[in-house]
Formats: sequence, structure tokens, C-alpha cells
Amino acid sequence: MDFLTLIELLDSTVRSATPLLLACLAGLYSERAGIFDIGLEGKMLAAAFFSAAIAFMTGSAWLGLLAGIGASLVLSVIHGLASINYRGNQLISGVAINFLAAGMTVLVAEDWFSEGGRTPSLEGSARFGPIKLPFADQIADTPVVGPIYAGLLSGHSVLVYVAFAMVPVTWWVLYRSRFGLRLRAVGEAPEAVDTAGVSVIRLRYSAVIICGVLCGVAGAYLATGLQANFTKDMTANRGFIALAALIFAKWRPWYALAACLLFGFLFAIETRFQNIALFGVPLPLQLVQALPYILTVVILAGFVGKAIPPRAGGEAYVKER
Amino acid sequence: MQGGKEKGRQDTAAPAIELRGISKAFGAVQANKDISISVQPGTIHGIIGENGAGKSTLMSILYGFYKADAGEIFIRGKKVQIPDSQAAIATGIGMVFQHFKLVDNFTVLENVILGAEGGALLRPSLAKARKILTELEREYELHVDPDALISEIGVGKQQRVEILKALYRQADILILDEPTGVLTPAEADQLFRILDRLKAEGKTIILITHKLREIMEATDTVSVMRRGEMTATVKTAETSPEELAELMVGRKVLLRVDKAPAKPGDKILEVENLRVVDDKGVARLKGVSLDVCAGEILGIAGVAGNGQSELLEVLGGMLGATGTIRVNGQPLPLAGKGADGRARRAAGIAHVPEDRQRKGLIMDFMAWENMAFGYHHDAAYQSNSVLMDNGAIQRETAAKMERFDVRPPAPRLFARNFSGGNQQKIVVAREIERNPDVLLVGQPTRGVDIGAIEFIHRQLIALRDAGKAILLVSVELDEIMSLSDRIAVMFDGQVMGERLPHETNETELGLLMAGIRGEAA
Amino acid sequence: MQKMPAWADAILVPLISLLLAALLSGLVIIGIGEDPIAAFKLMVDGALMRSAGWGYTLYYATNFMFTGLAVAVAFHARMFNIGGEGQAMLGGLGVALACLYVPWPHWSLAILGSCLAAMLFGAAWALIPAWLQAKRGSHIVITTIMFNFIAASLLNYLLVNVLRPQGAMDPATAKFPEPTHLPTFRDMFSTSETILFRGSPANVSFFFAVLACVLVWLLIWRTRLGYDIRAFGHSEPAAQYAGISPVRITVVALLISGALAGLMAVNTTQGEAERLILNSTEGAGFIGIAVALMGRSHPLGVFLAAILFGFLYQGGAELALWTNIPRELIVVIQALVILFTGALDNMVRMPLERLFLSLRREG
Repeated sequence: MDFLTLIELLDSTVRSATPLLLACLAGLYSERAGIFDIGLEGKMLAAAFFSAAIAFMTGSAWLGLLAGIGASLVLSVIHGLASINYRGNQLISGVAINFLAAGMTVLVAEDWFSEGGRTPSLEGSARFGPIKLPFADQIADTPVVGPIYAGLLSGHSVLVYVAFAMVPVTWWVLYRSRFGLRLRAVGEAPEAVDTAGVSVIRLRYSAVIICGVLCGVAGAYLATGLQANFTKDMTANRGFIALAALIFAKWRPWYALAACLLFGFLFAIETRFQNIALFGVPLPLQLVQALPYILTVVILAGFVGKAIPPRAGGEAYVKER
Repeated sequence: MQGGKEKGRQDTAAPAIELRGISKAFGAVQANKDISISVQPGTIHGIIGENGAGKSTLMSILYGFYKADAGEIFIRGKKVQIPDSQAAIATGIGMVFQHFKLVDNFTVLENVILGAEGGALLRPSLAKARKILTELEREYELHVDPDALISEIGVGKQQRVEILKALYRQADILILDEPTGVLTPAEADQLFRILDRLKAEGKTIILITHKLREIMEATDTVSVMRRGEMTATVKTAETSPEELAELMVGRKVLLRVDKAPAKPGDKILEVENLRVVDDKGVARLKGVSLDVCAGEILGIAGVAGNGQSELLEVLGGMLGATGTIRVNGQPLPLAGKGADGRARRAAGIAHVPEDRQRKGLIMDFMAWENMAFGYHHDAAYQSNSVLMDNGAIQRETAAKMERFDVRPPAPRLFARNFSGGNQQKIVVAREIERNPDVLLVGQPTRGVDIGAIEFIHRQLIALRDAGKAILLVSVELDEIMSLSDRIAVMFDGQVMGERLPHETNETELGLLMAGIRGEAA
Repeated sequence: MQKMPAWADAILVPLISLLLAALLSGLVIIGIGEDPIAAFKLMVDGALMRSAGWGYTLYYATNFMFTGLAVAVAFHARMFNIGGEGQAMLGGLGVALACLYVPWPHWSLAILGSCLAAMLFGAAWALIPAWLQAKRGSHIVITTIMFNFIAASLLNYLLVNVLRPQGAMDPATAKFPEPTHLPTFRDMFSTSETILFRGSPANVSFFFAVLACVLVWLLIWRTRLGYDIRAFGHSEPAAQYAGISPVRITVVALLISGALAGLMAVNTTQGEAERLILNSTEGAGFIGIAVALMGRSHPLGVFLAAILFGFLYQGGAELALWTNIPRELIVVIQALVILFTGALDNMVRMPLERLFLSLRREG
């Protein structure tokens, strides 16, 4: 594999990792606050559809992004209602949200566009186009540094940069701000937060809403950045893989970045190389496609070390009698 | 959130706290009925009552944890609304709960500032808090390392963190709910010294407890609660433990258990060099050896968390260990196959576990299903090789409920719908009626009303007199002293020593519980 | 003190949840410019008013009984098996192998063989997630979702590269031999004068599904294993106290669950398609979740909920055929049922409990 192919592969890794990273950080906020969320997938899917649909109608990717975030937030609030107010089973709520998104997106797509559950192709300003970093053209020919800068770092859509910037931002919020302290506390010991005079409900809703916003951005990136339209079930389990990455990262932002890049790399391999041979034996395409899912299982199996989730995760907070 | 509150007590005549006509119901249960109380500033006021008498509910209302259905609250003569803990803190009330409300993987400092950070950025808040904490420590002798993780300090220190949290929020009314449950007698004494010091500084303290001794030693005035009602408020100096006990229960109670001297027989249960290391690599049992004879109750005294729970779990087959256990001379496997609860029952060990709601019962099972719990493989409970004979279990349950006076005697009622005492009677009935050779009993009367306590104690004595070996674990020293024929004290996973109840006293046991061996040892 | 009579808990709560889901689905239909009343009438006409409609309704209901029971058994052990889809796919593989490679003399023997194969394959596919959950604490929800995908990839590979007959275009096995074909309702119930269930796929496996409901009921409430499963599901520490092995129960409950999900393939693969095709499960594994939640994990409830969803599924197909309402409507309804009967259960329950409490106080 020559250097330029490697750069292309890594470039593709960054693109594939972006929605995973956004979803993973979304899950991080939610789970750190003690709300399990397997509805990341559905929120992304809803956001993908509504961002593509609105972007197509208005011709503005930014309006599309807003619509995507809005759709994701609606689902977030449902999840909040179920898991915070009504002490429902958070897994079941997440599953319901995934199905709701899967059904509603196709239903509405059919009603609006009649194109078999997809949106028309997006063009021009309806998509988030690549941003060329300064001097990218000038130094593109410099050996090593040039391709890395121009080919790998430059030329992504703004949402990619947002996603990667969210990693240090999340770290700072979590460990350096009052909100982060309370967020971490409410996922570990909500009773401590409550008796300290801070509203558990408000904190958990904040987390769920941040989660919704980030899933919204992830979905919008899928449909208006990575691809140029919405297609049925286009999230393709990224929400679940993001959760696995989150567990792998043990709920820490920088590790989440690493885990998502690893999964992004697998996706990049899958899209770039249809035929891979291992020790001279060609791997079936289906096996290559299944690799990210197999890796997810391996990671969850804890062959990479035991992960201890936030202690109050998955349980509604009830004042004890 | 700090600062905005007026300090000082201009009107010294006004009580620090006054509650008028507080009522609170949970569903159909009336937890507090028309309660009025008045506490003078700068005093320690005790609230005593049985489990479920409504003490904690009342204080939770004062702390804004629950909303009262009716009634008024006055703080320093001023009527206040306390809709949430935030409001309670703002009026200068601090609370130390029975179960600490701390974040285990946070430092002491982080726990102290949580909710009272005083700014959006953590670093300046932590720096400011560190200074205040140092002052508070000096002022009240509340020493803790501000950078230690909560999970790494002992319960005594954790309790200090809770007090510091309240003081950091400038509380001048401090409520402590059953503060000594997890402390050694020495640590408890230290706590009461701190409370005296706080009182001297003009703070008002409410002490909730079910231990008469603490009330007599530490308080200025005391209120007694029974079944959600306030039955009396008296000056501590003008009352006696006997009078308080009668007020608590509503009738005369025997504070001692009637029993004949034990006639110990052969060694039934022999334990040698039992060792347990938990999954964090911490040694929980460090070579425990003891014997229990037929017709004898061996009481294990100790502060919670010193290995008693692990001892019961190993004997009951819930936890693996190394060492030797023999029942009637037969060694039992300690790990792997044949070391589970079912095998232990087959070997003649019955077990009334410490935590009946999480372990001893399935709360969502009906009483009859619970009556077979753990014994559901018994041949008597099967119709044939495939199906169970539910009818037989129900008939047997009805008979046992009758004998053990379980109320209501309804086999088809779910376990969660019985009171604590009746739940415990179901467990005790199930285990005792098996006629085991060895009975393990953990905290038999925790959360149980006095009537049921007397009943359960009588059952244990009767089983002893029938020649069975009983191992009793309790954190209630009174219970150990009155029931046991022999007392072993555990500290830090070891047996510190054995004593005979009539040859020892609470002071000596207390020292052993704190890990200090006197000359006598 | 019980808050609510048992009948209200078992019937009223799910019924109100169902009405809420129906109401919202109606709004969705209005939202896409269709008439919900007309749509409902069309669904009833298409699914219930003709014997052929019933033939489809019961065919789908058969699938949902198996997958609903699968989810319900796992629920009793407090586990969420989302992997019914993958387990059913593997069950299909088992059925196909049994039908293709064993020379069965008669369908009555063939169905026993294919049931066994379906159960074995379905259970095998649940084994790894079960073992990982029991031994390593890997979250069963995510692992089973991943296994659904891995199953799809595996089946895709096998159908394209291994099992496809030479010269055939579509990724499917060869047609199963004649003696394995199961009698349909038409074969069973038509008389010489009147032909019933014309063209509909309901077949003898429906009765196996009903039998499975009865057997699961016996298993859960009348056997020691069922007692162990329920005890473990309610409280793991208590199960350990009683000497019930958490590892054993986790694995056994999920194996039973996987086997039940796998059984669904007897209906689809042997009963209807008579060969194994890609995506033969059509999401029935997921509908099992809604069915189990609605049926309160009780086999009788699962039976009724499965028939309800069979009706919805067949009615939804009619809608897609005659109106502009896509089949995905059924996914939305399924989501709403899961949401209301599962996650937002307390939204219905809490006001009801208050109502019953105040009724009792007055009465």
C-alpha cells in the first residue's frame, strides 16, 4: 500500500468516524447522566431524513441541520419522558424510538417525495460541501506534509471539524465545569445531587437534550455531508456501534475519539477494498461487511478490559421511602 | 447560593424549628399524622421511635425531600415553604442521611462543593472550598483529607464529610438520621463530642434514632413517635429509658429476653481459617475460625462491614472462600459445584439472610411462592417428575402462616404487600420449619416492629432449646447481648475474641469491635 | 396493600395503552392525508372479513407467537433478547438443511425434524450472546443486535455462494422436496363444496405455535426451571441466596428464547416459501418485542397480541395495496405499542392507580 492510498484510506476513516463520534459523544452525555440510550440510532435516522428533506426544500444545508436537530430532539424528549418522568425501562424506550424513526422516516418520505422512501438528491448549498483549509493547494505538493494537510486534514465538511472539536469541548465540560461535575455526579449517585439541592430531573433532561442535539448533527452529516440524500435505514447500525465504542472508551471523551476512529477505519476498509485476501485466501465480501459488527461483539465481550458503567445508569431516580 | 441568607438570631425566644400539624400519606399508608413539634435553638433534640414510626418521613419533609399533605413549618419564627432541598439549604437546614448521599468516585472536596459550587468553573470553586474546609476542620475538629476519594475512606470519615457538606452550606440546623448505625461505639462517642461542640457554637441539632441509650446520653429534649403520631415530647433529664420505651411501643415492654441457660451439646458447625478475597482484591475474611454447638446461640457482634456479611454468605453458599466448614463432622465444599445455597440446605444449613427484601424474599412473588423459595426442588413440592405441585405448597403455606401469626394470613398476597415484620416472619417460618441442624440468622429484627421482634426472638430461643446450632449476626449490641449464649466479636475480617455475655459488658465489646484487644484478651 | 385490582393491571392498562397507540396511529394517517376510519375499515375487510384474509392474519400471527414467546421467556429472566430476528434467520437455515438433505417420507415426520433443526439453530445463535452476558456481562441488547447483522451477512454468504442451485439467479435454496410441504388451512378445512382460505399461507404450524404457548405457560408457571427463571428475573441476589445459578439460568433462558424464535422459520420457510430466501423473517423478530410487551409476557397475552399484530400486518399489506399508505405504517404502530405498553407504562398506570385508590377510599 503506497503512501497516497494510505492517506486516502485515512481520509475515508475520518469521514466514516464522524457520525460515530458525534453519536458516541451524544451517548456519553446521556449515559454519564445515568440515562442509557440505545435510541441513538433512531435519533440519527430521524435527523438524517428531516435534514435532507428540509435542505432539499429550502436549498439550505444549515436549515436542514436545524430541522434534523429538531427531529432528534423530539425523540430525545420522548426518551426523557419515559426514562426520567415515568421511570420506564430505558432499553425498551430506546427500542421504541428506533422503530418509530425507522417507520416514520419512510412514511413521511413517501408522503412528501414518493420516491420509495428516499429524498431526492441534494445539490449545491443543500449539502455541506468540503472546506479547504488555508494554503491547502499551495503546500499540496510538499512531500509527506502536503498530502497529510491537503488530503487528510483539509477538504472535509464543517460538521467533521465540529465533531472533532467536540472531543476537547466535551472533555473540558466534563472535568472543568460545574455542569460537568453535576453531570458526572447524577450518573453515579443521583441521591447525592438531589440532597445537595440540585434538580436531578433538570440535569438529566439537559443531558438528554445535548444527546439529541449531537445525534441531530450526526444524522444531518450522514444525509447532507457524507451522502447527498436520505435513504431508508441509512444509519446502518451506527448508533449501536457508537454505543459499543462508548463502552470501549469507558465513557471518556478522548478514548471515544480513538474507538470511533478504529471503527471508522473498518468502515473505510470495507468501502475501499471489496476484495481482501488474508494469507492468500480471499475473504468473502459478506465477512468484510460484518467485520465492524464482529469487532463490536469482541469489544463488548470485554477482551479489551472490563468497563464499569456509571453506577446509576439505566435506572430512574426514585426518592427512597 | 451562599450569603443571601440572614444569619444570627435576633429573636432568641422563637424556636429554631416549629412544625404545626404536619401530615403525610404514601398511598393508603399514613406516615405522619398531625405532627407538631418545637425545637429551641442551641439544643440537641432527639426523635425516637420504632422502624416505620414516621421519623425519617418527618425529617425528609423538613428537608424538602417530600411535600407534606398538610401543615406548616416555621424556622426561627418565620413561616417558610420548603418545596425542595434547595429551599431547605437556603433556610439553613442541613441533613445527614442514614445512607450517605455521597458520590463514591469523587474526592471529599468535590463532594462538599457539589450543588454549592459558587461559579460555573470548577477550579476556582475547588480552591475556595479548600480554604473554607480547612477553617471548618480547625473550628470543629472534623479532620478529613480533602483530596481522598470517598470510596477510599471509612464510614466514620464519610459521615464527617456529610457534616462538612452541611456546614459548608452554612447550616445552623443539623438533622442526623440514625447516625450511629455504622459506627463503632468509639466513633459514636467522637460524633457526640462533635455534636456538643456544634451545639456550643449555637447550632440546633435534631438526632433521629431508635437507640434509647443515645437519646439519654446526648439530647436535651426528646420527642417520641409511634405509628406516624407524635406521642410525647419531654425533657431528657426528666424521663427514663423504660418510660420512653413504653411511649414508643404503647405498652410495657421487656427490654430483656427470657431464656433458660443453654445446654450446649456436640459441635455441629465447625469453621476453620475461612478466607475471602473480593473481586477488587480486598481481603474480607482473614482466617475466621469458630464453632457452634447444638443447643447454643453464638452471637457475632461487630460494626457493619467487618466481614460478618461475608461470613454468612460463605456459610450460606452465596460466596466462594478457602478454609474448612464442617457440619456434623462432614466437610462442605467451599467453591465450585456443591457450594451453592441449594447444597447448603441439603447439608442441613438454613439461612435467614441479612437483607430479606433483596435476598430472602422475591418481592414480586406471592407468599406461597416465597414459602418454597430455596426449597422448591423438594420432592414434597412436586406433582411428578416435570411439574410442581403448587396446591401442596399453598396448603403448607397457609398452615405456616397460621403458626407464625403472619398477618394477613393470605398465601396469594405478594410479598411486597406485607409489613417488614410480617415479611420477616415469612422468612423465619420458612427456614425454622425446615428443622435445620444449623440456622444462620442475619439482622433478624432490622426494620421489624417490637411485637414481631419479641416473637422472632422467642422462635430462635425455642429452636435453640430444641438442640439446634444457631449463628446470629447483628449490629444491634443489645440483641447480641440478650440472645447469645456466647459472643464472638468481628473486626476487619477477623474474630477479635470470644466472650460470655454475663462476663462482659458493652465497653469491652465496643473496644473489641474497634479492633482494640484489652488485657483480658 | 395492593394499589390496583389484578384485572385492571392485566387488562385495563394494556388496553388503554393500545388505544393511545391506535389514536396516535390515526393521527399519523391523517398527517399523510389519508382517512383513518376508511383505512381501518379496509384493514378489517382485508384481514378479517374473508377466510383468505384470516389465512394471512393467522399466518403472520404464527410468526409473532413464536417470536413473542421468545421475547417473553427472556423477559421473565429479565433479559431483553432483541436477537429474535437473527435467531429466526438461523432457524430458517436449520429448516432448509433438514428439508433439503433428509429424505423425509411424510410431512408429519418432516415437521418434527425441521422443528428440531430450527430450535437447535436458533438456540445456537443465541448461545454466544447468552454466554457473553452470563460470563462477561456483555450487554445482551447490543450483542444480539450485532448478531442479527452477522446472521444476515452469514445467510447472504451461504445463499449466494453455497446453497444456491447452479444456474439460479436469486439468492435462495432449491425448492424443498414434495414430502416436506406442510398442509395449509385450505388443505385442511376446505370441503368439496366450499373452498376456504384460498391462496393464503396459513398452515399446520399455527397449531404448533398454539401448542408452544401452552408449553411455555407450563414451563414458566408449573416447572422448577420456570420458577428458577422467574426468581432470577425478579432478583438476582435472591436467586443466588436460593442456590439458583445465574450463569445457568441466563444461558438456559436465552437458549429457550432462541429456540422459540428459530421455530418461526418452520412457518415461513417450510410452510410458506418452501425454500429458504433472503430476509425470510421480514422483521417478525422485532414484532415479537411489541407482542411480548403487550401480552405482559404471559403466553395467553402473547397469543392474543400475536393475533392482533397478525391482523395489523395483513391489514397493513391491504393498505399498501389499495392506498398510498406504505407498509412502514405497521412499524410505526409497532413502535407506538412498544412505547406505550413498555416504556410509558407508568404514564397510564399512575393515574389509574390514583383513580382506584380514591375509589377505594370512598367505597
